[in-house]
Amino acid sequence: MTVFSFTTSLLQLIFILACAPLLNGIMLKLKARAERRVGPPIFQTFFDLAKLFKKERLRSQNASIFSALAPVVLISSTVVVIIVSPILSTQELFKTSGDLFAIVFILLVGSLMIALLGLDPGTPFGGLGSSRAMTISSLSEPALLVSIVAISIQAKSTNLSTIVSANLSHPIWLVSPPHLLAIFALLIVIFAEAGRIPVDNPATHLELTMIYEAMILESSGEDLALIKLGEFMRFTLLLLIVANLFFPFGIDTQANWIQLILSSGISLIKLTILGSLVTLLEVTQAKLRLFRVPELLAGAFVLAVLAVISEFVA
Amino acid sequence: MTNNKGCRELNVDPQHSSYTFEQKLVPPNNLVVESEELLKNGYRLGLVSAQDYGEIKYISYVFLAGNPDRRVEIIVELNPKKSEVPSLGSLSFSAGRFEREFFDLFGIVPLTHPFLRPLVFHGNWPINWHPMAYNATQPKFDDEGTYEFPFVEVSGDGIFEIPVGPVHAGLIEPGHFRFSVVGETIVKMKARLWFLHRGIEKSFEGKTIEGALELSERISGDSAVGHSLAFSLAVEDYLNIKVDENEQLQRARLLELERIYNHVSDIGALCNDVGYGVANAYAQILKEDLLNFNASLTGHRLLRNCADYCRNNRLDDFNISQIKDFTDKFEDLINLIENNSSVLDRFVGTATLSLDDTKTLGVLGVVAKGSSLPSDARYSHPFAFKTPGVTPTTEESGDVFSRYRVRVNEVRESFQFVKDPHQGFALDSNSNFKNNKNIKQCGIGIVEGWRGTIVSRVELNSDNTIKRYKIVDPSFLNWPALSVALKDTIVPDFPLANKSFNLSYSGNDL
Repeated sequence: MTVFSFTTSLLQLIFILACAPLLNGIMLKLKARAERRVGPPIFQTFFDLAKLFKKERLRSQNASIFSALAPVVLISSTVVVIIVSPILSTQELFKTSGDLFAIVFILLVGSLMIALLGLDPGTPFGGLGSSRAMTISSLSEPALLVSIVAISIQAKSTNLSTIVSANLSHPIWLVSPPHLLAIFALLIVIFAEAGRIPVDNPATHLELTMIYEAMILESSGEDLALIKLGEFMRFTLLLLIVANLFFPFGIDTQANWIQLILSSGISLIKLTILGSLVTLLEVTQAKLRLFRVPELLAGAFVLAVLAVISEFVA
Repeated sequence: MTNNKGCRELNVDPQHSSYTFEQKLVPPNNLVVESEELLKNGYRLGLVSAQDYGEIKYISYVFLAGNPDRRVEIIVELNPKKSEVPSLGSLSFSAGRFEREFFDLFGIVPLTHPFLRPLVFHGNWPINWHPMAYNATQPKFDDEGTYEFPFVEVSGDGIFEIPVGPVHAGLIEPGHFRFSVVGETIVKMKARLWFLHRGIEKSFEGKTIEGALELSERISGDSAVGHSLAFSLAVEDYLNIKVDENEQLQRARLLELERIYNHVSDIGALCNDVGYGVANAYAQILKEDLLNFNASLTGHRLLRNCADYCRNNRLDDFNISQIKDFTDKFEDLINLIENNSSVLDRFVGTATLSLDDTKTLGVLGVVAKGSSLPSDARYSHPFAFKTPGVTPTTEESGDVFSRYRVRVNEVRESFQFVKDPHQGFALDSNSNFKNNKNIKQCGIGIVEGWRGTIVSRVELNSDNTIKRYKIVDPSFLNWPALSVALKDTIVPDFPLANKSFNLSYSGNDL
C-alpha cells in the first residue's frame, strides 16, 4: 500500500458517493424530458436521500436481525469493491486485490442480504420479490462468470487492474470479437442485476410486478436511505467497471497525481454517456414479461460462451 | 365500407330506431319456464330490479335482444310477508349475481340458488339488515364484523396466498384481490369489491328529474354521459317523450366524445403497465387536450351538465380541424405503440378470455368485443342512429392485445362520427312504438357507455319524482370475467390484465 494507492481508493469512494445520486438524478431528468415532463432537478436525489436519513425508521414486528444487517452489509460490500477496483487508477491498494471473481462474490453478498431482507418482515410481496430476484440472479451469474473468463484470457489474469492495464497497452484487444461479445453479455447482466428495464421497472408502483422494489417495500428511514444509496453506488460502480473494461482510456496507470484528477473528469463523462444510453433503452423499451427474462439471460450466457470459444478459435 | 385507416365508418340508416316492449305478469312458479324460453330465443338478462314499496313488492326481470330491438319485462309479484322467489341462477350466471345482489340489499331470498352467498354484504353489517328494504333504518355498525366471510382457500403443495388491497398504491378505487398462486402462476383470483356502498339507488328516490339527472352523472365519474343518458332515455321512455332528432344526434356525439377520452387514457395506461412510459405520457397529453376540448365545447371537462347544450345546439360550433388534429395525434400514438415489438410482446396472449366463457358469463362491451362477441347497444339497441348489417368492431383472440385493438378501432370510429354525424343521417319521427305498459308503468334506458352496455329502469311517482331507479353498469357483469381470464396468467401480468378490463368499482358498487 502506497500513499498514492491509498489516496486513489479514498478518492474513488468519494467520487462514487458523489456521482451515484447525481447519475440517478441525471437519468430521472432525461427520462422525464423524454416523456415531456419537466422532471426533478438533477440534484434532487441528494435531497431525497437526506430526507430519508432524517425520517423515522420503522421495522416490522416480525423483523429479525437481518432487517438491521442488510442495509449495512449492502453498503459495506459495495464500499469494499469500490476501494479495490480500478476506477480512477490501476494502482492497487493491495497486491491483486481486485480479482474479478472476488468482486463478483463480494457484490453477491449484498444481493443476498437484500433478498433475505425481503423475506424478513413476512409480507407476501417481499417474498415474491426475493424469489424473483434470486431466480434472476442465479440465471445471470453463469453469464457473468463466463464473460469474466473471456475477458481475462487475453490478459492472462483475472485481476481487474491487470486486465485494464493490459488492454490499455494492447488497444486492439478492445475491439476483438471475444471482448465485444463479453462486454455485451456483461451489459445484459448489469441490467438484470441493477433491476432496470427491460428486466425490472424501478419506477413502478404496482406491487405485483415489482422485483427489487418489492424486497425493500417494508424498509423506511435510514434503512431505506442506505439501501437506496447502496443501490445507486452499485449501479455506478458496475457501469464504471464496464466502461473501463471497454474503453479504459483516461484512467491513470502511472501513479500520476495530475492524471488521477483528470481521470475523475473523464470518468464522469463516461458515466453520463452510459447513463444516457441506459435511459434511452428504458424509454424505448417495455419491460419484459417475467417469464421471458430467462430467455434474455440465456442469450447473455450464449454470448459469453461464444466469447470464450472465439478466443480460442482466433 | 372501410376507409384508408382500415376501420369501418358508421353507416347510418335512415330509419329511426324503434323497439318492441312487452310486459308480462308471471306467477312465481312459471318464472323459470318463461325465462328459459326467452334465453333460448336469444335474449339476455339485462337487468333485474327489485321493488319494495311495503305492501307491494315485486321483481322485474328485463330481457333484451337486439336486431331488431326487443325488450321483454317479466314481473313477479311477491308476498309482502314472505319474500321469496324462484332462482334463475342455474339458467344464467348473471341472473345468479343479480339475485345475490337483491338478497343482500332487499332480503328477498332466491330459492334454490346454486350457490347463495353474500355479494354486497361484507360481514360488518348486522346480519338481517337490508339497506334497500322498505322502512330500513340506520343500524349500528360494528368494525369487527358480525359475520365470518372467509375466502375459499386453495390448498396444495407450494400454493400460497397474496392479498392485495383494498387500498392500492395507485390512484384507484378500493377493491381486494386474493390470489392463490403456485410460483408465479395464478391458480385462483377472487375479487372482493363493494367497499364503498354509497346507496346511490336509494338517493335517487324522491328526487326531481333534474336532481336525479345530476346524480346520475356522478354514478361513475368517468361515465357521466353514459349514465346520465341512460337515465334520460329511461325517463323519456316512461313519460313517452319524443326527443328532437338533432338533440339525439348531439347526445350520440357526446357519448362518443366520452368514449374517445376514456379509451385514449386506457391505451396510455396499458403502456404504462408494461413500463413504456413515453407512450403513456403521449396518451395522457392527448387526453388532456381532449378534456380541454370537451370543456370548450360543453363547459365541463367530463361532459357533465350537458343537457342544455344539446338543446341549444352549441355542439355544432366547433372547429373540424381540431378533430383532425386529434386524429393525427392519435395515429402517431398508435404508431409509437405498435412499432414497438417489446410492447406487443407483453400484450399478445396475456389474460385470454374465451368466447365460450364470454357468453356464459354474459360479458359486455370492450371485453366482450375483444373475445369476438359483438355486444354493442349502439347496434342492438340504438337510440339515435342505426347501422344495419354492420356488426361492432371485434377482435378474435380475447387477450390484452384484442381489448387494446377494440379500443383503438372504436376511437377511430368515434372520431369519424364526431366529425360528421349528419352524413346520411335522417330520423323518421313516425316510428311506431309498440308499448303496452299496462301492468307496471316503467321506463327503460339502454346506452352503450364506453365500458359496455348500461341498462337502467325507472319508475316515477305521480308528481314526477323518482320512485325507484335501478342501474346496471357493465362492470357489474364483467367483474367475474376478470378472474376467469386470469387462469394461467402470471402474477406480474395481473396489473396489465386488470387495466385491459378497466372495470368501474363505483359503477359496480352503487
